Amino acid sequence: MADTTTEIAPIVSTKRFSGIREFWHYFAQSRGAVLGLIIFVLLIVVALIAPLIAPHDPNEQFKPLFLLPPSWAPGGDPRFLLGTDPVGRDVLSRLIYGSQFSLLIGAIVVALSVAGGITLGLIAGYFRGWADVVIMRLMDLILAFPPLLLALVLVTVLGPGLINAMLAIALTLQPYFARLVRAAVMAEKNREYVISARLAGAGHFRLMLITILPNCLAPLIVQATLCFSDAILAAAALGFLGLGAQPPTPEWGTMLANAREFIQRAPWVVTFPGLCILVTVLAINLIGDGLRDALDPKLKRS
Amino acid sequence: MLRFVLNKLALIVPTLIGITICAFGFVRLLPGDPILALAGEHGVTPERYEILKHQFGFDQPIWMQYFGYIGGILRGDFGTSIETHRPVIQEFLTLFPATIELSLCAIIFAIVLGIPVGIFAATRRGTVIDQGLMGTALVGYSMPIFWWGLLLIIFFSGLLHWTPVSGRIDVRYFFKPVTGLMLIDSLISGQKGAFQSVLSHLILPTIVLGTIPLAVIARQTRSAMLEVMGEDYVRTARAKGLRRVRVVGVHALRNALIPVVTTIGLQIGTLLAGAILTETIFAWPGIGKWLVDAIFKRDYVVVQSSLLLVALVVMGVNLVVDVLYAVINPRIRVQ
Repeated sequence: MADTTTEIAPIVSTKRFSGIREFWHYFAQSRGAVLGLIIFVLLIVVALIAPLIAPHDPNEQFKPLFLLPPSWAPGGDPRFLLGTDPVGRDVLSRLIYGSQFSLLIGAIVVALSVAGGITLGLIAGYFRGWADVVIMRLMDLILAFPPLLLALVLVTVLGPGLINAMLAIALTLQPYFARLVRAAVMAEKNREYVISARLAGAGHFRLMLITILPNCLAPLIVQATLCFSDAILAAAALGFLGLGAQPPTPEWGTMLANAREFIQRAPWVVTFPGLCILVTVLAINLIGDGLRDALDPKLKRS
Repeated sequence: MLRFVLNKLALIVPTLIGITICAFGFVRLLPGDPILALAGEHGVTPERYEILKHQFGFDQPIWMQYFGYIGGILRGDFGTSIETHRPVIQEFLTLFPATIELSLCAIIFAIVLGIPVGIFAATRRGTVIDQGLMGTALVGYSMPIFWWGLLLIIFFSGLLHWTPVSGRIDVRYFFKPVTGLMLIDSLISGQKGAFQSVLSHLILPTIVLGTIPLAVIARQTRSAMLEVMGEDYVRTARAKGLRRVRVVGVHALRNALIPVVTTIGLQIGTLLAGAILTETIFAWPGIGKWLVDAIFKRDYVVVQSSLLLVALVVMGVNLVVDVLYAVINPRIRVQ
């Protein structure tokens, strides 16, 4: 850890690509991070070409073939590599289509919470005063609730479903970004380059978005990566509780919920969706660790 | 010190008010008619509707309703469960000890295992052991615990028949709750086998709920130890010729533990959120399962109150952690 953290001072490269190359140099020092990145890229590919590689339609029911074991187990059918679920659908095909949902959930939730967090954090940190007080007290309020509890209650109000679950999760994750951006903006605001930009006549918007924001990006990227995995986990948890994506959506958490009663009879219908969640979240967390070491030596692993 | 505590309390007040507004507003934001939702009735006659409207105070201006709600809470009146017709606070107090017992066991499990693992990894920094331990910790940190619980049930309850699948104790045993914590109550009752039964019911939920805190504590302990081991006083201690165990265990650990204590405090929210999932999987009769059941039964009075009560508990625990933190680390008090 420490050997990767010494030199990477604020990147003062004049050329854009040398910065990227320098970043890659530090990122690639962590084998775990590279492994995570490879898995993540594979997942994206699987999600993109899902209709091409899935052996069956994810919602097609092969009527008498309920709860078939995986093809290598006794009683398995080579047509269904990972077996079939309680209503006779191909587990593998559902898992492949499920990757689309998980990645989409992560991306949308992160986009929503980053956008909200940056806006609120910039306003709070730049203008201070009452806007700061109001915004940060609101953030404290959101953080006072355990995230899953708040998401559950929000979904109760909004109604179960994937979109509402994503909105609820984005709301619970958003304060972390607001706090981060506010702290970074306050640290940068009185630096010389900002003052000189202001003297040169830059308006509030230009100062906030073009002068200050790019210099707060490193911790934001790390936090966004961690939130990506948090979002996938939280959405799967809501799906598992029956309040996220609704059947027959092949979302991994929802698949687990439907398979729960069969855990003794057919452990495989429970094993594979959970394994997919774990591998996805693990890959993203590995990337997050690597990014943290490469981008922001001041942040330590926790 | 007193000033520090008072300062902290003053900071909490706006959040406290916010929490009550959230709980108060929750019912009014529900889809459909809030009065019918609170009464758990539908298709009522206009006369009945007026009675209900008056009963829940909806005929008053909104701010009067809010103050009525706050007044009720201050008197300990959180409303009556639609499902069981019992006072919500009474249900909460019956179920909360189950959640406390599970959370305490989980955090103790996480601390007892996590701190030694973190220290061990730090002393073997960069070796295969270190990488293996930290890799495992990251897997634990990424774990969907609802799936982890099901896997453990499949393996330990289904295949090996070592542990029961759900509940807190075997139905054979019955004793009056004294502390509400079954581990203690079963010992007090003196019934043969009761304690073992409680213990075997606790093991899997404890592991499931403790997994993420365990991973977080192990990672945090390792990085705190690594930081402290580079400090001058550790080098001095080593230069004095002290044994390695003493340098690591006394000089380094005591200073490394300060951030670890904060991390442990921050896990309380994670624990309560995890308890929602863990209790659902193991049919553990605590407030997490109570909340999920209430959502599905549309018992909105219970949902509203558990939102409020859980947030209050989290705030209370955070306050205690802040104060404890100031006690062990005098530098905090001055800031």
